[in-house]
Amino acid sequence: MEERMSLIVFSGTVDKLMAASILTTGAAAMGMEVEVFLTTWGLEAFRKDSYKTNMRVSKDFEDYGPVMMEQMMAKKVPSWMDNFKGAKEVGEVKIYACSMTMELFGMKLEDMEPIVDDITGVATFVERAKEGRITLFI
Amino acid sequence: MPEQTEIAVDKEIDARGSFCPGPLMELIRGMKALPVGGTLAVLSSDPGSAKDIPAWIQKARHEFLGAFPQDGYTRFVARKAH
Repeated sequence: MEERMSLIVFSGTVDKLMAASILTTGAAAMGMEVEVFLTTWGLEAFRKDSYKTNMRVSKDFEDYGPVMMEQMMAKKVPSWMDNFKGAKEVGEVKIYACSMTMELFGMKLEDMEPIVDDITGVATFVERAKEGRITLFI
Repeated sequence: MPEQTEIAVDKEIDARGSFCPGPLMELIRGMKALPVGGTLAVLSSDPGSAKDIPAWIQKARHEFLGAFPQDGYTRFVARKAH
């Protein structure tokens, strides 16, 4: 078994991206290899510059959205994108784009934030995840 | 008797007011920049980091020199062992 955490990021709301980014950072800080697979709304959230204007919160809690954003600013909490970038600095973190979503949304690697390393398919994800210790779906 | 709380360090990082994983990240970055044998202190007021910091230092096989509670925060001191 490898010291690896695989994370599927399906969600594109700030609240869930925040959770995904902190888990990634924590695992990377503890010396685990982290592989993040972006799909559907998670992939959309990594489109170039999208993070700068993304204010979406999960529908069930959308009334908390403004308060949450305001608290994060007031308490100077780093954004989810800052966390992912920080995670890459302190550990082995790879971020992959789901090729199916790329096709569906008509995206190319150049359209993505530079932090996205490559495009892979589901079989790669399964192969990598099964050897790792932690697999999460966000 | 030398003041326990006043272990002199090469680098002091004030991470008070920042929360998990902030202080831990600051510690890791600080350690990376330190030469082997160098010492650093991280000041943290975050309860999560109080557990994470010593755990990381141990995992990374550096020398944990102690956690010194102060007024509203803790000073964690470590030496880069390798």
